Amino acid sequence: MIANPVPADIVGRGIRDGAALFRQRFTDLTAAAERGHPTAYVFVMGSLAEILRCFDFELVFPEITSLQTAVRGAAHEYLGQAEDYGYSPDICGYVKADVALQLRGGAHPMGRVPRPALAVQTNACNTYLKWSEIWERFYGTPVFTLDVPGTRQAGRRTWPGDPDFEADKLYVARQIDELIDQCASLTGIAFDIDRLREVMDHTNSMIRAWQQLIELNKHAPAPFNALTDGTVYLGVINAFRGTPEGRAYFDDLVAEMRHKVAHGIGAVPDESYRLMFLGIPCYPIFRRFNELFTIPGGNFVNSTYLWFAAGGANTGFQYDLDHPLDSLAEGVLISVRDAMDSMFFQTQALVDLAEPFDVDGIVFHAIKSCRTVSTGLADTRRALMAARDIPTLFIESDMMDRRVVSEAQLKNRIDAFFENLATRRRRVALDR
Amino acid sequence: MGTYTAGVDVGSTQTKAVIVDTARRPVGYALIDTGAHVVTAAENAFRIALADAGLRRDDVGYVVGTGYGRYRVTFGDSQVTEISCHGRGAVHTFPGTRSVLDMGGQDTKAIRVNAEGEVLDFCMNDKCAAGTGRFLGAAATALDIPLGELGPTALRAEKPVKISTTCTVFAESEVLAWLGRGKKIEDILMGVHQSIASRSIALLRRVGIENEVAFTGGVTRNRAMVEIINRHLGVEMNVGETSHFMGALGAALYAMDHVESDAALALSGREAV
Repeated sequence: MIANPVPADIVGRGIRDGAALFRQRFTDLTAAAERGHPTAYVFVMGSLAEILRCFDFELVFPEITSLQTAVRGAAHEYLGQAEDYGYSPDICGYVKADVALQLRGGAHPMGRVPRPALAVQTNACNTYLKWSEIWERFYGTPVFTLDVPGTRQAGRRTWPGDPDFEADKLYVARQIDELIDQCASLTGIAFDIDRLREVMDHTNSMIRAWQQLIELNKHAPAPFNALTDGTVYLGVINAFRGTPEGRAYFDDLVAEMRHKVAHGIGAVPDESYRLMFLGIPCYPIFRRFNELFTIPGGNFVNSTYLWFAAGGANTGFQYDLDHPLDSLAEGVLISVRDAMDSMFFQTQALVDLAEPFDVDGIVFHAIKSCRTVSTGLADTRRALMAARDIPTLFIESDMMDRRVVSEAQLKNRIDAFFENLATRRRRVALDR
Repeated sequence: MGTYTAGVDVGSTQTKAVIVDTARRPVGYALIDTGAHVVTAAENAFRIALADAGLRRDDVGYVVGTGYGRYRVTFGDSQVTEISCHGRGAVHTFPGTRSVLDMGGQDTKAIRVNAEGEVLDFCMNDKCAAGTGRFLGAAATALDIPLGELGPTALRAEKPVKISTTCTVFAESEVLAWLGRGKKIEDILMGVHQSIASRSIALLRRVGIENEVAFTGGVTRNRAMVEIINRHLGVEMNVGETSHFMGALGAALYAMDHVESDAALALSGREAV
């Protein structure tokens, strides 16, 4: 048997293809906006994409469209417009960018975003609940809220087999039934369980690939940067969840990463320090922010972003296609609960993440826009430092608002962090 | 190649330079206002420190730049952040130091160090000058008092006011409001000092306070601030006449490390990496 030849341009393919997928996504969204095709607004933590795809909804992830305004250097225009309209500077930047997007009739730097015919949210983020109300007020959009019972008590989480978990799963399953009825009523399309199986099969494949991808980054040098490359992968795993395009993308991506590992090709030219990133990236100066770490030889080999924003892919959960609805309820419960718990039970999980990835240091990035992910970072950092002798850095900026991003202050702290890493490495060498 | 080394600390308000000899003793100092021309300020400070030490440029073998303007020390050989430099300088001067509070013109840092002066943890005020020397400057402007008089005046306070704002710009308004309510200048100034001290101590607590504590930076020359922080901490901080120069001193020591490391490698016949 002859193995498929490796394409000459395999290195960097994931980034190129990811960008191409999103360009096509916006072309499709623009067309959907023009013809008034039903569009559902969903969020990364519990998108229920599998159900919505059975009813031919176009899916819009407002978190992703908002962050894309920042990466494209346009967020300040959107934030300013929402603030002129009356939204406080203290409100979530993602929300404000979306408000301005709606005020502009869906005009986005990458295309046009259709209005929502349906909004689907979970209670994973308290802002989701208020965000959806805005579309309800603007357009009368029906909002479906999936209430996922969380645990939020250390050591008290429950898992399959536990009576509490089974009761919670039933509660989620009944809500999914309601969503199916609502989608059928809105679109006039009958629910097809085999279509659901097909979509879930694509999701299963993407999740298996995601697991392999994360595993491959344990190699040194790590084949991808969890902060920059990882954000592209996150975009695809969410926006193309349950699609053949998403499945093919991740198959190719795993092949690229395997190739890089086999040939010792790292994400940065000289990986001197392996880092882990906690929080949401600083998108207003995304490339520069990353360079503040990569120029001194750092590479982010893992992040909590790849955990709580991966739509549950991090859990490795595989849908049981023989029992699709029951399994969907279980998967949603596990993944959304895990995303919620990720903000409350990080300490041991961070130790478990840091050690197999051979991490030299951990960067805590608190952001003004999101109290939900930023609250608790200081406690986690203290607990982590007490548990393990791992250098940490605590910095603050924002994921959307460049007015609260001070590059000079960030650089000062980051430089000091690398000086500390270098000193420790020298000391360890001397002790040997 | 010269056997002396230098550290040049270009801060937001003042630029400091220190030259050390091979025994790591400071032999020359300089302190000037930074102003708008950062490169020139760095050059002038270095020139003055050379003159103070009675040395020529060629006598100095390595220069480290530090402070916010460290990359503007164009004649320097490398840069080290002031976070590392203050820790190093403080432990060199006061070997028992394990916590450092550096209060400068636009930022305040709390640094935890080990016996070698290496940074174990640090934190700083963020994106806001409250709790820094600039806060004192705003009060001095509002009250029309020279900076050097702030501390002695504050120490005459009998009933300090409570300054509640955390914004340096609004601090000026609050000071004027207290004046309007007939409060004495010394009581207002003591309120300003206490406000800054409490924010600084909160920073120290974030990294963990370990005895001994050294106080560094420009505000160390303010006697009232030293007394207030000592009182709150319940310990006498390590403060000296040269505490203002700890960043520059630390930079000069890092420069000396480099020179000695190069010399050791040359002796061993190995190449520097």
